[in-house]
Amino acid sequence: MNTGENPPTQFVDNDLKPVGHGRMLRKEDARFIRGKGRFIDDIQLPGMLHLAILRAPIAHGRIVSVDVTLAEAHPKVKLVGTGAMLAEHGLAWMPTLANDVQPVLATDKIHFQWQEVAFVVADDRYAAQDALELIDVEYEQLPVVVNARTALEASAPVIRDDLAGKTDNRCFDWETGDKQATDAVFARAEVVVGQEMVYPRVHPAPLETCGAVANYDPIDGDLTLWSTTQAPHAHRTLYSMVAGLPEHKIRVISPDIGGGFGNKVPIYPGYLCTIVASMLTGAPVKWTEDRFENLTSTAFARDYVMHGEIAATKAGRILAIRTNVLADHGAFNGVAAPTKYPAGFFGVFTGSYDIQAAHCAMTAVYTNKAPGGVAYSCSFRVAEAVYLIERLVDCLADQLGMDPVELRLLNLLKPDQFPYTSMTGWIYDSGDYESTLREALKIADYAGLRREQAEKRASGELMGIGVSVFTEAVGAGPRKDMDILGLGMADGAQLCLYPTGTAVLRVSCQSQGQGHETTFAQIVAEEIGIPPADIKVVHGDTDLSPFGMGTYGSRSTPVSGAAAVLVARKVRDKAHLFAATMLEVTVADLEWRKGSFHVIGDPAKSLTIQQIAKWAYGTGQLPDGVEGGLEAHIHYHPENLTYPNGAYICVVDVDPGTAVVTVRRFIAVDDCGTRINPMIIEGQVHRGLTDGVGMALMEMITFDEDGNCLAASLMDYLLPTALEVPDWETGFTVTPSPHHPIGAKGIGECATVGSPPAIVNAVVDALKPYGLRHADMPLTPSRLWEAMNGNAQPPM
Amino acid sequence: MQVTMKVNGNDVTREIEGRLLLVHFLRDHLGLTGTHWGCDTSNCGACAVWLDGEPVKSCTVLAAMAGGHEVRTVEALEQRGELDTIQRGFMECHGLQCGFCTPGMLMTTRALLDRCPSPSQEEIREAISGQVCRCTGYATIVRSVQWAAAEEAGTRTTLATGETP
Repeated sequence: MNTGENPPTQFVDNDLKPVGHGRMLRKEDARFIRGKGRFIDDIQLPGMLHLAILRAPIAHGRIVSVDVTLAEAHPKVKLVGTGAMLAEHGLAWMPTLANDVQPVLATDKIHFQWQEVAFVVADDRYAAQDALELIDVEYEQLPVVVNARTALEASAPVIRDDLAGKTDNRCFDWETGDKQATDAVFARAEVVVGQEMVYPRVHPAPLETCGAVANYDPIDGDLTLWSTTQAPHAHRTLYSMVAGLPEHKIRVISPDIGGGFGNKVPIYPGYLCTIVASMLTGAPVKWTEDRFENLTSTAFARDYVMHGEIAATKAGRILAIRTNVLADHGAFNGVAAPTKYPAGFFGVFTGSYDIQAAHCAMTAVYTNKAPGGVAYSCSFRVAEAVYLIERLVDCLADQLGMDPVELRLLNLLKPDQFPYTSMTGWIYDSGDYESTLREALKIADYAGLRREQAEKRASGELMGIGVSVFTEAVGAGPRKDMDILGLGMADGAQLCLYPTGTAVLRVSCQSQGQGHETTFAQIVAEEIGIPPADIKVVHGDTDLSPFGMGTYGSRSTPVSGAAAVLVARKVRDKAHLFAATMLEVTVADLEWRKGSFHVIGDPAKSLTIQQIAKWAYGTGQLPDGVEGGLEAHIHYHPENLTYPNGAYICVVDVDPGTAVVTVRRFIAVDDCGTRINPMIIEGQVHRGLTDGVGMALMEMITFDEDGNCLAASLMDYLLPTALEVPDWETGFTVTPSPHHPIGAKGIGECATVGSPPAIVNAVVDALKPYGLRHADMPLTPSRLWEAMNGNAQPPM
Repeated sequence: MQVTMKVNGNDVTREIEGRLLLVHFLRDHLGLTGTHWGCDTSNCGACAVWLDGEPVKSCTVLAAMAGGHEVRTVEALEQRGELDTIQRGFMECHGLQCGFCTPGMLMTTRALLDRCPSPSQEEIREAISGQVCRCTGYATIVRSVQWAAAEEAGTRTTLATGETP
């Protein structure tokens, strides 16, 4: 293991332009800094029409009538679509990624506020909006359920009466772990601490909203769809399944994406409306969602009510963890998680600790709220799991009167325990958790912080120090375990070296800002020794890239990255055969030094990969049974997830007069195994830490009792600006994964997952003088003020 | 109605609806899609451009109000094939990821450096506090502006190697 103090040799000078891993400036920046990115709304096609969606202002009710006469008469309107019209084409409902169904346009019933009811296609976007006003819809309102705690009460109205035989709002029940063994440990434990905590509903709110441009060619029957999708290939397959279009005639293009964070994984009604509109009008059609639509109707995140308990000895040895979870899935089960994992990867709630038993029982419910659930960089619900365990451990520390760091050090898994099978069956690949934590303690000067805190407390100042030590589970996933709608979670890669020695890599993952055009070129460069500048990475176009499941759940590096490594090694192996023929030696006589093969013992005899590429397309006699050319293809299933880990320390100051929390310092030490581009990794960590500040202190999608969404704009849904976040302090350790060809692990969501509990732990720590043991996010001044005055309320 | 304004040094005249927002005028009528649109409420700042040299949110300005005035957008930062220092700063210091907030951030921070050539970290954060970035966590944007300030003052030491700056 390396620590931040001793940078591994791969950490090289950018100016040397590393042929492989190392800090390298991003290729994609050249267009973005010139305003030449190509986002969905930038696309202009000749004759293009604009689509806008009418949404229901009520949260639950019957549609009595929809009158589109006036809208259709608008001089600039080309088409008005309704649920009834879609029903005629068999398109009124569509499957969700969780094998549920959801209306594209409501036919008879509204299930959540701002659900899609009708669309208008007009000459320009303003006219389309005007015509929405001309549609007259009459509703008959029904009682509303927006609180998961009351969704299963006998008096609750049944939201999903479209499901045959449905008599309540139960979505699913799920459990993991060993209940009997866990209860037995709890029964004899010296100390048991329980805490109910809510992870409020939040929203990923990428800066670019969702949108699509559909262009259907009625002559060839070809559909080209530009859309904001993190998974273009999976979407193509689903469009074929839903709309009945032949898959080979669908081309999904995901151009530059202005942030995704899981918000752009599902297929939204707007995409399908846009496709239908193009097919019916014969013209290209654009739909660009506005911010209000994005926040109220697209994939939300979290919304878990968790009751957790932790059992331990008086000396602080953690024995077992159990939890009951109430999961609010909204009106339709739209979670984008592998089929066998309805609660995503929440099963990793045992965290980074060596314990004896664990159990979770979960009930998921339908409510009159927008669907979604797995989004906002949660790594398929690891965010919720990490929050639960890291808050519980702090509650235990409080109960035992122990320092939260000492308690964690006592219970962390040890390096020699890996690969470690958790009490809920997850196989952690590698880690050196104590070293990661000690690195964070060193950067923070933890002892010094505690001294400072003691001094401040003595003078009435509220300073808090919070710690979180987390283990992530990313890179879905193994073929035997993981699929979405029957599609195994593999990724493809194709690598072609051209005769002049430059290369094109085609991958199925889809950047939303992660810098794949840079890092994937670096991955290939490391393997075949061609400078990254000579490697073009093609992605985001299903006609130009191999099939694969796309980018979410931090799976690009673990899955697509591994595919890129292995396809490059296939090419190198073929080059090895060619080099032996060219030099008239055996394969065993050659050794590879990055970029060239050398005859062992005769280093003057060598060939560069570029020389070999030229020969591969030339006229020389090929080795027996080997084709010419220098390219390869792979369809890669990972054998396991990767398990990056981190140790975070947050320092806050709370104003005793206003309850305003200031995050003064934040120290993040991450271990994502082998580091491909440290600059990009740091950027990913910074992003997630900012998410953490947002979720812990500011962000919440909340509703009133009538189901009105109270966070429908960025005036009400508060995102952190530069003023709410500190100058991040980062460090790293390097514990390579044995289950990835270069030992890399996903990093994209670690900080989003790991930072909220550190911040909440810090605030609660600051408020120890008030006797506070827990307060639910978001810790806004008003909510925290109530908590400081003994009136802590769960969010609604 | 007809509107005439100077955009990136060129006089443009177009027939528009009175309600047309400047951001849509730039994007849909002039094809200047570098200026982005990200919210309905003037909170995100992806649409920031210069109006007579001052940053404004073009989603909150009617195109008609810009008539007779001078607008500059991100497309005008590069001059004669040479990047503006602030553009180089963002590249050098990883001040962007998805690139969606970037044009607005570049226009705001260029304006900051023009009036305050050596801003403190606090001044930089204050200057971009009306804008949202969902990717960078802002620290690298701060560094990008500091890089550009040092570059323009001739005091920039070479980029730290082996470490992020």
